Amino acid sequence: MNKTYIYIFIMALVTYLIRAIPLTFIHKDIENPFIKSFLYYVPYVTLSAMIFPSILSSTGNTFTALVGFIIALVLAYNECSLTTVAFVACLAAFITSFCI
Amino acid sequence: MKRELYLKGIKDAMPIGVGYFTVSLTFGLQASMGGLSVIEATILSLSCLTSAGQFGGLELIIAQAGYFEIALTQLVLNMRYILMSTSLSQKINKNASIFQRMLVSHGITDEIYGVSMMQEGRISPYYSYGLMTSGMIGWGSGTFIGATLGNILPLDILNALGLALYGMFIAIIIPPAKHNRHIIIIIITTMITSSLFDIIPVFNQISSGFRIIIITLLLASLFAYLFPVKETINE
Repeated sequence: MNKTYIYIFIMALVTYLIRAIPLTFIHKDIENPFIKSFLYYVPYVTLSAMIFPSILSSTGNTFTALVGFIIALVLAYNECSLTTVAFVACLAAFITSFCI
Repeated sequence: MKRELYLKGIKDAMPIGVGYFTVSLTFGLQASMGGLSVIEATILSLSCLTSAGQFGGLELIIAQAGYFEIALTQLVLNMRYILMSTSLSQKINKNASIFQRMLVSHGITDEIYGVSMMQEGRISPYYSYGLMTSGMIGWGSGTFIGATLGNILPLDILNALGLALYGMFIAIIIPPAKHNRHIIIIIITTMITSSLFDIIPVFNQISSGFRIIIITLLLASLFAYLFPVKETINE
């Protein structure tokens, strides 16, 4: 078994346990307000930290990435679907790459 | 009835499957460029089924990071599933067996969770299996095709596709921020903090996985302290 499969196994196991333990075993509401609030904010903090500033280096050119980023923000603000936002942002960056 | 619920799940999650396909194309591409085989990339996608965790994990696999670091990164990147899983435990049919719950667990993603919570009343595990089916088909096939075509697509297209995942993340966090001032503050503060980690010497030596772990633990605690959430977990 090569090392990549060990990595994949670890990733899958950790991810699965996180998903499975609460759903399988918790049958009551979480009451602690701090933990509830902490968990509520986790996705926003994690995703924001992942988006910025890494998004600026995602296309190999800061300017095309910035254009894609702004387009994505505008579309997301107008509540377009995940697919639309992702696809149009890519398209915007692609078109911009020919204009510079 | 079980069959109908299953088919309804498949149908309801079709847009998710299409979205996953476009994003996982990028994952497949990056995985193959990072040296993973098509089979490895596809198995990774089907067994993990998580965008952020996989992209973060892929970087660490390519860097041949330690097993502990990769486990910890998955824990933090996917910690939000604890909330969703907990919340789904209140939403799934009361009589769902342990085995059914264990199967449904594998399909908990941001988007599938979102669709599940929009349903009225409690949901059947068979409905969840349907949602998972669409999601996994999109995510797995996109990875497979992305990894296969990785070397064929022109560089301009590859570069532009690098934005797909970020676009999806933005589409997840921005709409709720419209109606919640705290979330706007959180997004902006986090992005500034994350940029500082990129600029400040010493801090910019921290690997991207640990950087996200540190920022999340720090800021989510801070915001939980500053702006406690009053509404129930299901909202």
